This record gives sequence, C-alpha cells and structure tokens, in this order.
Amino acid sequence: MEIQNFVQTFAAQFDDTDASVFTPTTKFKELDEWSSLMALSVIAMADETYQVKLKGDDIRQSQTVEDLYNIVKSRL
Amino acid sequence: MAFLSVPNVKIHGLSVCVPSTVEENNNLKLFQGEDAAKFMASTGVERRRIAGDNVTTSDLCYYAAEKLIADLGWNKEEIDCLIFVTQTPDYILPATSCILQHRLGLSEECYSMDISLGCSGWIYGLSTIGALIQNGNMKKGLLLTGDTVLKSCSVEDKSTWPLFGDAGTCTAIEYHEGDKGFQFHMATDGSGYEAIIIPEGGYRNPYSVNSLKEECIEEDIIRNSLNIALNGMDVFSFGINKAPETIHKLADKFDIDMGKIDYFVFHQANLFMNEKIRKKLKLPVEKVLYSLKDFGNTSSATIPLTMVTQCREALNHNRNRLIACGFGVGLSWGSVYFETDNLIISDLIEV
Repeated sequence: MEIQNFVQTFAAQFDDTDASVFTPTTKFKELDEWSSLMALSVIAMADETYQVKLKGDDIRQSQTVEDLYNIVKSRL
Repeated sequence: MAFLSVPNVKIHGLSVCVPSTVEENNNLKLFQGEDAAKFMASTGVERRRIAGDNVTTSDLCYYAAEKLIADLGWNKEEIDCLIFVTQTPDYILPATSCILQHRLGLSEECYSMDISLGCSGWIYGLSTIGALIQNGNMKKGLLLTGDTVLKSCSVEDKSTWPLFGDAGTCTAIEYHEGDKGFQFHMATDGSGYEAIIIPEGGYRNPYSVNSLKEECIEEDIIRNSLNIALNGMDVFSFGINKAPETIHKLADKFDIDMGKIDYFVFHQANLFMNEKIRKKLKLPVEKVLYSLKDFGNTSSATIPLTMVTQCREALNHNRNRLIACGFGVGLSWGSVYFETDNLIISDLIEV
C-alpha cells in the first residue's frame, strides 16, 4: 500500500471537500466537512478497501491522514 | 463454536406494544439548522416512541402478551415458561419475569426468568425458550423482549437521545413435533463491554453522590454516570464486521441457501450501519426490512417490531423463510434461521 493511494481513497470519502486539498499532512479533523458520520465512513473505508478494523480510539488519536495510514498499514 | 439447532419448535405469533407518545427528531432542541435533517438522513430515525414516567418495559410487554394470548386463543394455564429479556427491569431485584408471571395470571407451574441483554436479546431469548420447549416437556412459552432505553439516555446527548425508542414485544413459541425449528449462531466479545455502558448504579461502581453530575463529553454530548454512554465508532466497527460474519457462519454451518430467504430482519441499529451490513452481504433492498424511521433503535424489541410493522401481511398469510440477526451491547451478537407459517400477528398496540 502506497501513501498516495491511501490519501486518494481517504479523499474519496468526502463529498464537499476537493480532493486536491488532501495530502499526507492534512489535519482531517479541522476540515469543515469532518463529522461523526465522516468518521464512520473512514472506518467503513478501512474495512472495505484494506480489510482493516479501525476503532474509535484510532480516529481520536490520529491528527493527520498519514497518522491513519500508519495505523492501517501496521494492521495489513 | 456456538452453533445451536433447536428442532420441534415454531413461532406461533407476535405482538408489539409501543407508547402512544411520539417524539419527532425534527423538533429536538439538540439540533440546530441542518443538523436534524443530516441526522435523520444518516441514521434513518425520524421519530421515536417515548414511555411516560409511570410506564416501564414490563408494562409494554404485559399489554403485548395479553393481546397475543387473546388473539391466539391460548389458555393461560397452558403457558409453561416466560422469558423476559430486558436491561430496563422494574427493580434491581426481584426479577421482573416473576412480576409478569403473576400479573399475566399464569400458572405457578411456570418457568420464569430474566435475561439481561439488549441488541442481541431477541435472538438469545429465542434460543433459550426454544431449548426449553424442544423436548416437549413444556409445550407453550412466551418470550417478552424490550426496553425503555430513553429512561437511561441523557436528553442532552446527541449520540443517544435521537436514536433510541421505547417498545415491548411478545413472541409466542410452541412445541411442534417434527418441525425443523430454529438454527442459531451466537457469539460474545466482552473485551468491548465499555462500548455501550451505563457506568454507575450497579455493584462495580455503585450509585454515589457524584453519579448525577453532568459532564460535557464533547459538543452536544452532556450526560451523567447513570446515563447510557455509547461509543458510536467502536459499535459501528464491530457491527459491520460481526453481523455479516455471523450470517455467513450460520448459512455455511446449516447449509442455508441465502437466495431462498424471504426476509432478513436485522437489529435496527442505524441506517448507515445497517446499509453497510446489507451491502457487504449483497442482499437485495426489498428483502431487508427497516422500522427505524418511525421507531428508532428499540434494543431487544427491534426484530419483532420490524416484523410486525413491515411485513405483517406476508407473515400472516404465507410460509416464509427468515434470517434474523442481533448485534450490540455486551458485545453480544447472533443470528437465527427460522420458518414461519401463517403467523398470528396482533395489531400494533399503543398505550
């Protein structure tokens, strides 16, 4: 898994935020579109795309897209 | 491996009682601007029934049972067992099933027991009562399930209050020699016990002077230690994994042709989660029933409530093959395959 692919897959979960906004260092919780429902979408994305189980604490403890990428990668 | 095959039993009838008071999510002070519409779109819950201060789960189940016993034409003396599944009992002790046995006028020769489970409660209750009746020593039993969840939710907690509703149900089970009965897969993962929890008021953390202290957990989530705390992300992660898994295990173990199932009845957690589960299992929309819109998540009442309100006609007049699946608080989950034949379904009762 490459980080660029992960960033793209992550960005695709958002409807109103342009994909160009997303980089590994994006602090995703600061985005206007971030919400509790978005968190569930990200958990579902990890489950569907990578067969990785994310929990609430994983989301809570991640600040950037790269933080999440590292968690997902460690569980592949 | 918690697989269980329970032959010689069948479900004879179903009834549901809900409070008559409706609370519309659109009118909640919790939501500002677009919030209500967004919440309703994602959870699927538009309104719920809320029990008054003087109405308990056992009251709702009592009315459901009285109506169904009358509609079935059962003689109360013949009812051999009563299982009451709830996490909102009348008292810490005695068991509410004893109170219900007396209130319903059942015989003293009645096996009565409470089971403390929520989302998976109807499945677990059905396996328990089925196992009691399958050898023919007992012939008729009542499975009562439900909760008044809103009594334990904080009205200022956006993660619980708009999602839950109150309801009580009755499922009548009969000995039926030679019938295929029920097939189950059941499971438990207590490592997730904190995902849905009322932290205080039991014996681990007894009620204290601080129990009622309101705490702001995050924006729009204010609650005390006697309220339900729901870790939505953990429950979601659990549900989208375990619900499809239990159904696959059930179908594989008992050689069930998923294409021949008429209806799939899932615990009504929320639309976003349930739809993820449906899509993972590649189930057609028309076979997966929802009652979330008008009743919300009613804990152990969701499965019978969904059957009674969403496919009553079909269940009344035909033979049907169903798979039901419950998953949540515990963490506890399970699924059951069963067939129905001209079920007696009472009119929805409102009190």
